[in-house]
Amino acid sequence: MASSSTPKYNSNTLENNSSKRTLKDGTNWEQNEEIPRLPGETRVTDKDVIYMCPFNGPVKGRVYITNYRLYLRSVENDPVVILNVPLGVISRIEKMGGASSRGENSYGLDITCKDMRNLRFALKQEGHSRRDIFEVLTKYAFPQSHNLLFFAFVNEEKFSENGWMVYNPMSEYRRQGLPNERWRVTFINEHYGLCDTYPALLVVPYHATDDELKKVAAFRSRNRIPVLSWIHPETQAVIMRCSQPLVGMSGKRNKDDERYLDIIREANGQISKLTIYDARPNVNAVANKATGGGYEGEDAYPNAELFFLDIHNIHVMRESLKKLKDIVYPNVEESHWLSSLESTHWLEHIKLVLTGAIQVADKVSSGRSSVLVHCSDGWDRTAQLTSLAMLMLDSYYRTIEGFEVLVQKEWISFGHKFASRIGHGDKNHADADRSPIFLQFIDCVWQMSKQFPTAFEFNEQFLITILDHLYSCRFGTFLYNSEFVREKEKVTEKTLSLWSLINSEKSKYTNPFYSKELNRALYPVASMRHLELWVNYYIRWNPRIRQQQPNPVEQRYMELLALRDDYIRRLEELQITNNSKISNSSASSTSPSQMVSHVQTHF
Amino acid sequence: EIHIKEPIEKEVNPRLLPGELLLCEASTVYKYIQEDGSNRGTYGKLVCTNFKISFLDDDSASDDNEPQFKNKVVGENDITLQCVDQIYGVYDEKKKLLTGQLRKYPEKLIIYCKDLRVFNFCLRFTKEEEVKRIVSGIVHHSQTPKLLKRLFLFSYASAAPNNTDGRNQTVMFETLEDWRDELERTKGNVKYKAVTTNEGYRVSEKLPLYFVVPICISEESILKYEGRGIPIWCWSCHNGAALLKMSAFPKEQDDSTSQMQKAFLDGIYKTISKPPYELLKMDDLSSSLPSLQDIQTAYTRFKQLFLIDNSTDFWATDVKWFSLLESTNWLEIIRRVLKKAIEVAECLEVQHTNVLLIEESATDLCCVISSLVQVMMDSYSRTKSGFQSLIQKEWVIGGHCFLDRCNHLHKSEKEEAPVFLLLLNCVWQLVQQYPPAFEFTETYLTVLSDSLYVPIFSTFFFNSQHQRDTNKSGESLKTQSGPFRFLTVWDWSVQFDPKAQAFLNNPLYAEKPKPDKSQRKTTRFKHQRQLSLPLTQAKPSTKRGFFREETDHLIKNILGKRIGKFINSSDEPPNNFREFYDSWHSKPVDYHGLLLPRIDGPEIRVWSQRYLRWIPEAQLHGGGTIATAAKILDLMEEVQSLQVKVDEEHSQAVSGDVHSVPMLRNSARLSSLFPFALLQRQSVKPALPTSTWKDLEDEDDLVKRDDECVDLSGDML
Repeated sequence: MASSSTPKYNSNTLENNSSKRTLKDGTNWEQNEEIPRLPGETRVTDKDVIYMCPFNGPVKGRVYITNYRLYLRSVENDPVVILNVPLGVISRIEKMGGASSRGENSYGLDITCKDMRNLRFALKQEGHSRRDIFEVLTKYAFPQSHNLLFFAFVNEEKFSENGWMVYNPMSEYRRQGLPNERWRVTFINEHYGLCDTYPALLVVPYHATDDELKKVAAFRSRNRIPVLSWIHPETQAVIMRCSQPLVGMSGKRNKDDERYLDIIREANGQISKLTIYDARPNVNAVANKATGGGYEGEDAYPNAELFFLDIHNIHVMRESLKKLKDIVYPNVEESHWLSSLESTHWLEHIKLVLTGAIQVADKVSSGRSSVLVHCSDGWDRTAQLTSLAMLMLDSYYRTIEGFEVLVQKEWISFGHKFASRIGHGDKNHADADRSPIFLQFIDCVWQMSKQFPTAFEFNEQFLITILDHLYSCRFGTFLYNSEFVREKEKVTEKTLSLWSLINSEKSKYTNPFYSKELNRALYPVASMRHLELWVNYYIRWNPRIRQQQPNPVEQRYMELLALRDDYIRRLEELQITNNSKISNSSASSTSPSQMVSHVQTHF
Repeated sequence: EIHIKEPIEKEVNPRLLPGELLLCEASTVYKYIQEDGSNRGTYGKLVCTNFKISFLDDDSASDDNEPQFKNKVVGENDITLQCVDQIYGVYDEKKKLLTGQLRKYPEKLIIYCKDLRVFNFCLRFTKEEEVKRIVSGIVHHSQTPKLLKRLFLFSYASAAPNNTDGRNQTVMFETLEDWRDELERTKGNVKYKAVTTNEGYRVSEKLPLYFVVPICISEESILKYEGRGIPIWCWSCHNGAALLKMSAFPKEQDDSTSQMQKAFLDGIYKTISKPPYELLKMDDLSSSLPSLQDIQTAYTRFKQLFLIDNSTDFWATDVKWFSLLESTNWLEIIRRVLKKAIEVAECLEVQHTNVLLIEESATDLCCVISSLVQVMMDSYSRTKSGFQSLIQKEWVIGGHCFLDRCNHLHKSEKEEAPVFLLLLNCVWQLVQQYPPAFEFTETYLTVLSDSLYVPIFSTFFFNSQHQRDTNKSGESLKTQSGPFRFLTVWDWSVQFDPKAQAFLNNPLYAEKPKPDKSQRKTTRFKHQRQLSLPLTQAKPSTKRGFFREETDHLIKNILGKRIGKFINSSDEPPNNFREFYDSWHSKPVDYHGLLLPRIDGPEIRVWSQRYLRWIPEAQLHGGGTIATAAKILDLMEEVQSLQVKVDEEHSQAVSGDVHSVPMLRNSARLSSLFPFALLQRQSVKPALPTSTWKDLEDEDDLVKRDDECVDLSGDML
C-alpha cells in the first residue's frame, strides 16, 4: 500500500510527543532533543527498521532503544509516525522469518504487548541486526530474568509532589473514625510475622486479642485473617476482607474463627446475621475443599449468611481478555460486532464484578449489616469487591487523592500480587499466574464514571495513565507482590511513586464536571444496556476508532467556565468604577457582549 | 397481595382538547407501577376519547408536582389512539392479543405503546359493565380500521381556535417561492428550475405541487409518465454536483410499453448528459439497501426488546443482550444506511458527480438517504429550522406516505414500515457522535419521534401534499365546513411551554460565525479545503458507474442499452469509500463542514434515551448524559445572569428580558431518564440482576481451576 495518501497518526503512548518535524538523521541522538528521555534513561542502541504498521502499512523508520523504552520515528512519512513504548509493556518477543525467508518484510521481530497491541518490525537479514536488537530488547524488557534492576530504580525524575506521602494507613483509618470503642489498630503484623502478604497495620475488633488473631490465622488460607477495610459512618456496619477458611474435605471447624466472626457481627451492635460474600461460584468453593480450602458452613457459622457471587477465576479472566484482543486488534470485528463482543464474555465478567460489589455496598448501607468478603486467597476478586463497594459508598474515594489511597490500600498494601499478575520484567509470558484482575477493576471504575459523569474528580486519562504505568516499570508503585517484599526492596526510598507524576499535574487528570457530593451512595446499573466496551482504552491504537480529543462537551464547559470568570472579573471592575465615578460616560467600545461574542449563548 | 390505598372517591375529569369527546370510561381501575415487580400501584379512572386513552389517578388533579418538562397535549398517563401499538388481555395469568370483537373480558389490560411505554391496568375491581365498555372501546378505537376523516385531526381543526403563531422559520415548501429560495441558497439555480407543471396535480397526485428538475427537462416529458422517469432535484452541493431522485417505472410485462419507456429514459439521459450535466451516477436503492419489509421486521424485533413487562423480564434479557440486539438486525440496517449516505457524499464531494437515487416511488429510502446526505453535507440542515425544512422538503411535501407507513388508519399492515424512524435513528447517531454540530438535542429527536403519533398536527397524517390539500379544503367532506386550518408539528409551542422547549436546544451547539459578506469567498475556500481531501482525488470523470452490480442491473432493467455508455460499468477501486472515510476521520472535525458518521462496530449505538426512557431498571440516579448537560445548563444560566449584571452596571439601567435557560437545581440528583418518566417513583435501592450466569462451556477446564494451584491442606498429609 502506498503510504503517501493514507492517513497518518501518532502512536502516542505515555508522553505528549512534540509534533514538530524532526531531523532525518538520528545517528547523533544523544543531542537530539526530539527523542524524549527521562533523567536516568540511557541509550542502548538504535537501528533502521521497517515498522509494519497494521493500519498504515510498512513505515520506514529508525528505532531507538534505551533502558526504559523503545522509540520509533519514521523517516519518510509526513506527519511523522512515532511509537513510544516503555519496555515494561512488552510481554513477549518473537523472531519471525528465518534465513531462508523470502518476500519483502518477512524477516524481523514480533513483539506482543500487555496493552492490547502487537508491534512488528521488519529488519535487514544481513549483519546480525536482528540478533542484536532481539538480545537488547530481551535484556531490558525482562530485567528480572537478567539480574537487572527495574527502570524504576534508576529513574532520576523529580516531581513537585511526593506520591509516597499520599497513603498513610493510620491517617486513612482515622479519616474513617478509627480506632473507636469497637475497633482497634493492631501492630501484630508489624514485621509481617502473622501474615506476610498483609500490611503491617491492621484494624480488628476491639474485643479480639492478638493471641486470638494468631489462632484465627491458622484457619485462614495464607493466614489472611478477616480484617476491617471500611466502616460505614452511620450504620457502623463494616466491610471485612479475608481468605477462605481451611475447611478441607473433612469439614474441619475452628472455634476461634467462629468466635471471631461472631465478635465482628456484634461489633456494630447488630442482632441479625453476618453476611459473608464468597466471590467464587458455588462449585469452585466446593471444589476448593479438595485442596484444603472451602467456605463457612451453616453448621459452624449459624449466625452467618453465605452468598456466592459467581465471579470466575484469574484464568477465565485472562482468556476472556485474550478473546477481546482478538476481536479489536488490529482490526475491529466488522460483521458481527455485538455477538463477537458477547462471546468474549468480558463485559459479562464486568457485570458480575459490579453486581457483587453493589450487593456488598447495599448490604452495608441499607441492610445495615456487616459483611465479610473473601474468595480463595483474598487478593484478587476480594480486592475488586471491597474496593468497588468502598467506591460506591464513600465519596472520598472518588477524588483523585482518595482513589490513590484506595488503590494503595485495598490493592497494593493488601497484597494483590502485581508482580505475578502482570509479570513485571519477567520473560515467562505464558505464566498461568498472569491475569488482568486490576485492569478489570479499573474497567469497572470506568463504567461507573461513564454512568455517573459528574461523580468522579478524575477523568478517563487518569485511569488510562494508571494502566499505562501498571506495566511501564517507571514507578515503584505497582512493583512486587506485597508490602513485605516492597519494604525489603526499599521501594519507597529507591523509586518514585506514580502518584508523584499525577499529583504534580493534577489538572490534566481532573474531570471538569465533577460535583462534590458527600456521603452519597452511588450504585451503577450492572446491566448490559449500560455497560459498554471501553473503546478509548482497548481500541485506542486504531486510528479509525479514535474518539475526538479533546472531548467537545468538556471543551464547551471549559469555555463557559472561563467566560464566567471573565464576567465576574469585569463585574468587580465595573462596580469599582461605577462606585467611584459620578459622571456616567457612555459605554466604551469594549462592551462585554463584543468581547465574548465567540461563545454564543443562544437561549 | 396488593397494597391497596383506600380509593378516594374524588371526581376527576379528563382534560379534553377542543373537539375531543369522551367515549367511554371505567372507574376503580388499578394501574401498576412496574418498578419492582411488586403489585404496587394507584387507583384511578381509565377513559377513552376520540383522541386518547387516559388514566386519571387521584393525584392527576393536583398540579403541585409540576414536572420541568411536560407535554401540554399528551401527558405521561395519556396514550393517543395512534400511539397504541398492541393491546394484550390477561386471562388467568395468560396473555392474549386483543384485536377485534371480544367474547370474554380480561382481568388485566396491558397496553404497549409506539413510544415504548408499557401500561398495566388491573380491572378486577372495576364493575363488569364498565370493563366491557372500556376494553371494547379501547380496542375498537385504537386497533380497527378507520376512515381518514375520522382522524382526530379533523375534529380538532374544526373546533380549535386558530391562534397559532404564524411566524415559523421552517420553510414549508408549499409555494414556488420556497423552492426557488432553496435553489438559490444551494446555488442550484444554474442548472435546475422549479416547475409549475403539477399545478392542479395534473402530472401526478403523488408529486408535490411544485418541484425542481434539470433546466433542460421539458414539460411534455414530465407529463408523459406521470412524473416517473424524471430526475427530481433534492439538493446541490457547493461544487455544483446535485443529488437527484427518480421514481422507477413499474416492471412492465408488455414489451412494447417497456421499449417505449426505455426510449423515453434514453431521451431524458441524452438531454441531461449534455454539459454541464455530464456526470451522473445512479443507485437503485431498492436493490442496494434493505427492503421496507426487512426494515419493518427488524424494527418490530428491536422494539420488542424494550417493551419490558417487569423486572424479571428485564434481567432475563440482559444476559444475552448483545446477541439479542444483533439478531434484530436494526443496528446493522442503520449502519448500512449510514454507509450508503457516506458513499453518496463521496460521489458528490470528491468526484463532483451528480447522484441519482432510484426507487419504486422515490418516497421511502430516497427520503432517508437524501435527508442524511444533506444533514452530513449541509450545516444548515443541522440547525433546528434547517432540519425541519429538510423534513418538509424531502418527507412531508416530498410525498412520504406517513399515513400508510405508520399505519395510522389500521388499513394494511403490509404497508407499515418505520422509514421515518430509521432516519431519526441515523441522525441520532450523528448527534451523539458530534454534539456541537447540531442546534437541536437528542430530546428534540425523541419528541419529534413521539409527535408521529399525535394527530393534532397535519404533518405526519397524510400520504401526500395532494391528499392534504384535498382534505383541507373540505371538498371531499360535504358535511364539514372547510377549509380546515391544520397545525404543523414545527410549532413546538403547541406541545411545550418555553421552559420545556429549552430542552430541545443544544447548549453545546457551536453556532456558525455570522456570514460576513466581504468574507464570503474566503469562507467558501476554507470550506472546501476543510473537506480534507487530496487534490488529486478529482479523477477523470466518465469512467465509473456508481456500483458495478447495481449499474448493470439498472442497465438491464430500467434504462436500455444506449444509456450504458455514459454510466459505464465500474472499474472503481473498492477502497474509494474507505479512503474517503479514513482521510476525513484523520483530520480535525469542522462542525460546520462535512460530517461523516463513524460506522465501525462499537460506534453504532442504541438510542438509549428513546428506547430506555420508561424502564425503571435502566435508570441511573444522578447519572447519564443529563448529568453533564445539566451542569452545562446551570453554568450557562449563571453566565447569563452575570451578563445581565454586567450590562446593568454598564448602562446603570435595568435591562430587558433574558432568554430562559432550563432551571435544573440540584442537577446531580436527576435521573438519567430525565426529561422523561418524571412521574416515576424514584427508588433508592440499587437494581440487582436476577438472571443467572450462563455457562462458559468452552472454557470448562479453566473454570474449574483455582486461582493458584497450591495445596493448602499441608497439615492433612
